[in-house]
Amino acid sequence: MALPQRKTDIGPPHYKQFLPAVIQKNYGKWKYHEVLTPGTMVHVGESGDKLWTVRVASPRILSTDTIREQCDIAEKYCDGHLRYTTRNNVEFLVADEKKLEPLKTELKAKGFKMGGIGPHITNVVHTQGWVHCHSACTDASGLVKAMMDELYEYFETKSLPNKVRLAVACCVNMCGAVHCSDIAVVAVHTKVPNINHETFKNMCELPTVIGSCPTRAISPDPAKKSIKINADKCMYCGNCFTVCPPISIKDPERDGVAIVVGGKINSLRTSPKFSKLVIPYISNEPPRWPKVVAAIKHIVEVYAKNAKKHERVGEWIERIGWERFFSLANIDFTFQSIDDFTFMRDTLRTSATFKW
Amino acid sequence: MKKYNTPLIDDLEKGPWPSFVTEMKKAAKRSEMSNDALGHLEKCYSTKMGYWKHGGIVGVLGYGGGVIGRYSELGNEFPGVAHFHTVRLNQPSGFFYTSKALKEICDIWDKYGSGLTNVHGSTGDLVLLGTKTEALEPIFAEYSSRGWDLGGSGSALRTPSCCVGPGRCEWTNYDTLDLTYNLTQEFQDELHRPTFSYKFKIKSSGCACDCVAAIARADLSIIGTWKGDIKIDQAEVKNYAKTMDINAEIVNMCPTQCMSYDGKELKINNKECSRCMHCITRMTKALRPSGERGATLCMGSKAPIVVGSLLSWVIVPFIKLEAPYTELKDLIRKIWDWWDENGKPRERIGEVIEIKGMRSFLEAIGVPPQPQQIKEPRKDPFMFYTEEDVASYKAKEAEEKKTGKYKF
Repeated sequence: MALPQRKTDIGPPHYKQFLPAVIQKNYGKWKYHEVLTPGTMVHVGESGDKLWTVRVASPRILSTDTIREQCDIAEKYCDGHLRYTTRNNVEFLVADEKKLEPLKTELKAKGFKMGGIGPHITNVVHTQGWVHCHSACTDASGLVKAMMDELYEYFETKSLPNKVRLAVACCVNMCGAVHCSDIAVVAVHTKVPNINHETFKNMCELPTVIGSCPTRAISPDPAKKSIKINADKCMYCGNCFTVCPPISIKDPERDGVAIVVGGKINSLRTSPKFSKLVIPYISNEPPRWPKVVAAIKHIVEVYAKNAKKHERVGEWIERIGWERFFSLANIDFTFQSIDDFTFMRDTLRTSATFKW
Repeated sequence: MKKYNTPLIDDLEKGPWPSFVTEMKKAAKRSEMSNDALGHLEKCYSTKMGYWKHGGIVGVLGYGGGVIGRYSELGNEFPGVAHFHTVRLNQPSGFFYTSKALKEICDIWDKYGSGLTNVHGSTGDLVLLGTKTEALEPIFAEYSSRGWDLGGSGSALRTPSCCVGPGRCEWTNYDTLDLTYNLTQEFQDELHRPTFSYKFKIKSSGCACDCVAAIARADLSIIGTWKGDIKIDQAEVKNYAKTMDINAEIVNMCPTQCMSYDGKELKINNKECSRCMHCITRMTKALRPSGERGATLCMGSKAPIVVGSLLSWVIVPFIKLEAPYTELKDLIRKIWDWWDENGKPRERIGEVIEIKGMRSFLEAIGVPPQPQQIKEPRKDPFMFYTEEDVASYKAKEAEEKKTGKYKF
């Protein structure tokens, strides 16, 4: 069959055609909302109209089968309307209150998980990992699945002082704002890369490779028509590998993950913050990364026990001090937590006032 | 179809959280590619390493992005993923869909691809995961003829994205959905044909809650805000007081200490409010912003590669955002011109601002220095003076001599 005529530069379809009637009517005129359960909220317009939202967990990797199943449910209860959140949850939009409970009953029967709204743990922002990325030093989807199985009660029922935003990046490229999460896992290399000098000269551009290194660890090796890497300067970011495939950095026994905590992106109460390194290294242990999962659960529990209501992880730690965080959480403090890259001046302590 | 033994990833089908392995298995029932992707992933799990090669240059005619080439090192062992390219479809503003539209997307994808997706990718596109080079043109013809275009990739404008905004939120200060649609349409050429030094992301959030994480990951972060007072419904305050300790949870947590509550009436000294949204989000029925609405424009945020992560810096403290957004579009073009002049390959704009200095950037785009742009003034005395700077300070002093009044 002949293909239809292609069009270029048309941009996305206009969003208005996808908005339910109740949104068209109350567009920009919402008055307030209430969280009814961790999986349900209602928005009320100036007009008095109401829109119920049911939020459902997603593994982000979806088969077309599951998308169709979500569509069928939306057709039955939501006049065919649904949306996704920036953290990849699915939201069913219900205009008719009578359909709300039957929708929830059907979602439950079909195994969909509702939750994540309010002071809870919701879907984990993550990267592609071994499923689909060339620079991954761990699998993001597997780590997320293992973490969320263990933290599931915080999604569905159990409240925390405030929301806890989790993220997983499968390398330091961090495709997903991992660097500003309450608790995040970032996969790291720990060894200087190997260079295939034979293929280097045909595949790589010398100035680009030298320029790619943030610590200036790379210099030319004219005899080999290749490069040298200064092991004292390399901190294994892998940027040289990104611009030059013959530089190989992956190493199954040395690649692992680090844990960073205390970031946030909103400006509520305090300014947005980066996440900071607290655990420098845990080995990759697929399929369930038990030590990583245990560490994250432990940090969540210490936060839940000690933070005041409305404090995010980073706000709580800033109130008590990082030295107190390390002692409360019983985490060994290591050299890796002392910045020796671009943020050293900002992060070293400049007063003799601290806690024992 | 080959049946792979996948004990390691099978374990990830257990437990309450929805399983991506189950999704891959569903797709594998119908697609040789997804079936091989399963075997390929099991191999990664058993050897603790990945086997994907760097992206190759593949795409559709006339575009320089929107498709990310992906090939496996193990193409002989897993022929279904020898090519396994990603197609990025530009999502509708706010990620709203109808079932009809989504099912159509699924039908086309099942015909030409693996049946696997990311809904959505980190930048916001609807990501179609895994297809072969020869399928790319047919895929593009099928989608574009039905009104769907590709998203951005490479050194280009990346697909703009936004929070739910006026679609379903009482806090938004401008129409994030319309702005995102409008900017995406305006800059189609910059989105599809990479001509920049590196990627450029635009993200729009309606308020300081920043549900799209604009401040942390967009080169241009557009954060909604307002200029008027917070209106208080004292009757609703009374209702909240029944279930909430207003002094502990609201007044004492206000970062500017501009609120007070005596058990009867909540007061806000609006002049001192920094519009952080804490009180409004906790008492949404009682508190609402009023007056002039618009946004703060911040710039420069990015992830750690290459020389450390950045959060966006305040550039324009307030801009009104109403269609056709001419002022913003003109500003974006000036920003790109300056970046084009000064950026080296793979330098994000935040890094170029660091290298060239904020003054150079602000002057180029015609924005004056304002205290809202900084947390604190500079601490070192190593500053540049232009001839014009000194002349203007001298002129001011001459004026003071005439009037007999100092102006600092």
